[in-house]
Amino acid sequence: MARTLWDSSVGKKTVMAVSGVIMLLYLVAHMIGNLKIYFGAGEFNHYAHWLRTVGEPFMHYEWTLWLIRIVLVVAVVAHATSAYQLSRRDIKARPSKYVHKKPRASYATRTMRWGGVILGLFIVWHLLDLTTGTVHSGGFQEGHPYQNVVDTFSTWYGDVIYIVAMLALGLHIRHGFWSAAQTLGVGSRSRDRALKTLANVLALLLTAGFIAVPVGVMTGVVS
Amino acid sequence: MKLTLRVWRQKNADAEGAMSTYEVDDISPDMSFLEMLDVLNEQLILSGEEPVAFDHDCREGICGACSLVINGDAHGPERTTTCQLHMRSFRDGDTIDIEPWRASAFPVIKDLVVDRSAFDRIIQAGGYVTAPTGSAPEAHATPVPKADADFAFEHAECIGCGACVAACPNGAAMLFTSAKVNHLNVLPQGAPERETRVLDMVAQMDAEGFGGCTLTGECATACPKGIPLVSITSMNKEWLRATRKAGKR
Ligand code: HEM
Ligand code: SF4
Ligand code: FES
Repeated sequence: MARTLWDSSVGKKTVMAVSGVIMLLYLVAHMIGNLKIYFGAGEFNHYAHWLRTVGEPFMHYEWTLWLIRIVLVVAVVAHATSAYQLSRRDIKARPSKYVHKKPRASYATRTMRWGGVILGLFIVWHLLDLTTGTVHSGGFQEGHPYQNVVDTFSTWYGDVIYIVAMLALGLHIRHGFWSAAQTLGVGSRSRDRALKTLANVLALLLTAGFIAVPVGVMTGVVS
Repeated sequence: MKLTLRVWRQKNADAEGAMSTYEVDDISPDMSFLEMLDVLNEQLILSGEEPVAFDHDCREGICGACSLVINGDAHGPERTTTCQLHMRSFRDGDTIDIEPWRASAFPVIKDLVVDRSAFDRIIQAGGYVTAPTGSAPEAHATPVPKADADFAFEHAECIGCGACVAACPNGAAMLFTSAKVNHLNVLPQGAPERETRVLDMVAQMDAEGFGGCTLTGECATACPKGIPLVSITSMNKEWLRATRKAGKR
């Protein structure tokens, strides 16, 4: 069955949809967690520490966190690989363009590929910045995420990279969530409006919720 | 009406093609688009030039042979087949661009004629039902619920023209294939091959070099028979169901 999935364009699209939905669910939780930054260093750092102790005593320190990380890495790799292979196939299937050009699909639909690439680059930067601290501005302090976040968003480029990526995320989810419903066969004529609305609401909430953090730092509400 | 036509001319499959410009005059708004091209061709023949090759057969919107991309739209500006498009949809003095279907699975044979036999091979892969030959069966022997009959009929309307492929930015044949799969998969007559049909037709579609679906929706906008985009969703559902069943066996 695994082979049938990966060998078929419809199956590969299923892999893309499932991995996309996994990332999407994670992002909802991530966004809610991030908003704790508005309740001060104590609560935010406590939350970050709790992430490492989830599931204790059954799970050892950081086991749950690593489990989530592994699932996410598999999802990102599966998503990006299927997106790349399917895109290659699509471009090959339509090599010559029409002479008469006309405006095509919506902005969100047209930007799925480049938007996806932006998101992929963002994920790398984001991990190097706030997880490992490799490219962090100012001294990265392990175990002090509140201060690290404030430092990142005190630089203009930190704000720009983050906000651009979150706008790209909103567009990606707008088309992606509805697409995933079609790919997984849960869309229907009667559900179409509800699914499109849900896609827009999710896109808006995620983008606004994530951007609220740098905005908080920029306006001095979070410092 | 006086019109300027820019038409794709290509000697054969291997030749380089290019747009050529022609003028036609005295076109009646009541002419069909193909009759307008007939006028152009008569003019070309009289002046000793090679007439423009284009596909057509029934000229009444039911066979699926006609296939032109007119001003960037498959089958032109109205939601109908090229043969049912009339010159009243254009204005005197217009310049009209006429191109063939574009997709690597639909190679150009000559001018505006493309090879659509990839569709025939998708049909051969599963677009049939196993039926005993001989005398016609009793019509009421197999009851079909009204909703299923309507669903099947809506999809049976597909005439296999390929406008969906021509309009799709990925050259995908998902709308065509979904119309054929859904038409037969919902009916009791199609039940014995319900799983193999969708798996084999999708596999053939891939093998022919069509692209994949990015849910752009251009196909459903171009389809002269109004096959809806959600047909692709229904086919995906059938495909996933068949894959799960195949995995259990
Ligand atoms: C590694 C970076 C990423 C790349 C290269 C990428 C690329 C793509 C592409 C090309 C598509 C198909 C677009 C289409 O059908 O028109 C897609 C769909 C999708 N993406 Fe992403 N994406 C990335 C990251 C993400 C992230 C972080 C999420 C998290 C929410 C996500 C969620 C989705 C969803 C739900 C779909 C719909 C699946 C479907 O089409 O059925 N993607 N992505
Ligand atoms: S689905 Fe519509 S556009 Fe595509 S082949 Fe059938 S009738 Fe033509
Ligand atoms: S010529 Fe038959 S559908 Fe147009």
